[in-house]
Amino acid sequence: MDWQLMFESLPRFLAGAWLSLKLIGLSLVVGWALSLPVAFARVSRRRLLWMPAFAYIFCFRGTPLLVQLYLIYYGSGQFPWIHDSWLWPLLRQPFGCAVIAFALNTAAYQAEILRGGIMAVPVGEVEAARSLGMGTWLIMRRIVLPQALRLTLPAYGNEIILVVKSSSLASTITLLDITGVARSIVAESFAVYEAFLDAGAVYLILTFVITRVIGVTEKRLMRHLRREDQAAVPTLEPYGA
Amino acid sequence: MDLKGFGGQILVGAGLTLAVAALSLVFGLMIGGLGAAAKLSGRRTLRALADAYTTLVRGVPELLILLLLYFGGTVFLTWVAGEQVEVNGLGAGLFALSILCGAYTTEVLRAAVQGVPKGQIEAARALGMHRATIIRLVLLPQVWRLALPGLGNVWLVLLKDTSLISVVGLEELMRKSAIAAGATHQPFTFYAVAASVYLLFTIGSVLGISALERRARRGLARA
Amino acid sequence: MRLSLIAALLAATVGWQSQAHAQDKVRIATEGAYAPFNFKAPDGTLQGFDVDIAKALCEHAHLECTIVAQDWDGIIPGLLAKKYDAIVASMSITEERKKKVDFTDKYYQTPARFVEKKGANFTISKEGLKGKTIGAQRSTIHAQYLQDNYADVADIKLYDSQENADLDLTAGRLDLVLADSIVLLEGFLNKPDGKDFEFVGPELKDPKWFGEGAGIAVRPGDAKLKDALNKALAEIRKDGTYDKIDTKYFPFSIY
Repeated sequence: MDWQLMFESLPRFLAGAWLSLKLIGLSLVVGWALSLPVAFARVSRRRLLWMPAFAYIFCFRGTPLLVQLYLIYYGSGQFPWIHDSWLWPLLRQPFGCAVIAFALNTAAYQAEILRGGIMAVPVGEVEAARSLGMGTWLIMRRIVLPQALRLTLPAYGNEIILVVKSSSLASTITLLDITGVARSIVAESFAVYEAFLDAGAVYLILTFVITRVIGVTEKRLMRHLRREDQAAVPTLEPYGA
Repeated sequence: MDLKGFGGQILVGAGLTLAVAALSLVFGLMIGGLGAAAKLSGRRTLRALADAYTTLVRGVPELLILLLLYFGGTVFLTWVAGEQVEVNGLGAGLFALSILCGAYTTEVLRAAVQGVPKGQIEAARALGMHRATIIRLVLLPQVWRLALPGLGNVWLVLLKDTSLISVVGLEELMRKSAIAAGATHQPFTFYAVAASVYLLFTIGSVLGISALERRARRGLARA
Repeated sequence: MRLSLIAALLAATVGWQSQAHAQDKVRIATEGAYAPFNFKAPDGTLQGFDVDIAKALCEHAHLECTIVAQDWDGIIPGLLAKKYDAIVASMSITEERKKKVDFTDKYYQTPARFVEKKGANFTISKEGLKGKTIGAQRSTIHAQYLQDNYADVADIKLYDSQENADLDLTAGRLDLVLADSIVLLEGFLNKPDGKDFEFVGPELKDPKWFGEGAGIAVRPGDAKLKDALNKALAEIRKDGTYDKIDTKYFPFSIY
């Protein structure tokens, strides 16, 4: 085991970690923003709204992220008319393509999570609010969403971890994130174990920190509930569906 | 749509994807069963080992695990088997995916076993049933019902994770598409085809899993 | 008890695929994405100059060979991990690689060149390439050359395969690509996608980066295989088999 090499590669891994963090952060924020309208469309009763939302969610959850990434990155290169469009400056950069792919993907999963949360709010409360004359949007804002967000915290936390892990796919489109740095090191020195173990350790630290932060946030947001209710919070699809 | 002769290869790749996913599920279930038993056992070292296993797999990207196991797997299996074992891409892919699947199924099975009401096991024991009988008649049927949604998810994840093995060269669907895309310079066409095939697999799986869940719930009062 | 159960399961899984490392059974790895030297035909078989040379060598050395495809990134680690016994994949003989593997004599040698979009007229120098995006395949002599000479002025992008680098060049994500001149000619410029592109700059042959030609890599210390292959190589050069394979792909000799 070449400890020397492992030690010397640390600066490169830190640079890679920084790129990974930017990628993850941007994807999560854009994905979350996108998931809100999709989730609302999905729970709506109008066919014009829920059908496209359903199709979007189904396609992005039903195909591998790697395929989506390649479709966007390499696929966009096949059509000359894309090169002249306004999208090109974004699609030209691998970072832009990665953010688009990851954001679209996580938006689909987050929309499902949010939908699950919205539907888990007791129907009686919504009925009561409606009988009081509250409009749909007010009900959403005051009754449904606050509870939905609390119910879905563990699932959101899990999704964040999944995005962290999926970010490693960015290395397949020339980006030098943590995995990309590891593969470069392997390419230069053939030190397979050292490079991948280093990368694995960095990811573990990352996921450990994020899990802790999410755990603390969950406890804080549920501190107004009685202890029994905290334990009874349902977990929605915890295993990366 | 002109697939320039690569259509046959893509079908072969699709078949291999299904085969690898199915086999990995079988092996993963075996590993998951052992893992769940370890997590529920009384011995602290077993629990710690199982926890370490699931934490590692859940905390490190699948791509990285695959890359590591692909290169290190040969060494490990040679050590285990005691003689020179040459592992080809299929073996390495299966090995890696089974380890991944095992970690997910450990959690699903553990939650399912804990979901069976303790009172039923106690009653069965009071009736004098042997441990094996309790497992066979009381535990397993209900574990199956409780685990099914989670296992269904694991299957869907597995189907998609097979695409990662393309990175280490196994010629499943994704890899075949990439080869065709590179040779013909038409990446969009072939990756779109690949995406459609995965969607078909997903639709089929979702329908199948719903059917299995309905059957497993038969006889239960409407919750 | 459980550990041995797991071990037995895993060994059983791959046991039926294991082969005893017999004397005259040789597994050869090639990449499969490097036309015209090695590529995958639509029917899924491996073809190309490298593949034909490998088959000819095996015939003359009386070896039973299977040829497998392996991604370029993992091709040397795979050799060292004994997944196969030799690499016939247009691998250039360089000092850096000699530290990890042994090489036979060269079996061909071609220079490298840059490719640009027609009319771009880049000057191949530090000033001329400043701020440009250049692509190459990871783990190659071309990537190493770019890293050593232009990393401080240009943006170097590394790809897992030459084909993907070509795709990005046509897509406009790259200004230039550096690769083997024959591979660029046959695999890209002569194809419909490459018609808007052309060579630029001189042929690059400096042995410091571009080595002494392409050779066959074997594990260090595997002298038996290396000598057998060298002997077979000398034979096919003498009896005309090499020239026959050469003319099948190229109008000139690439030795």
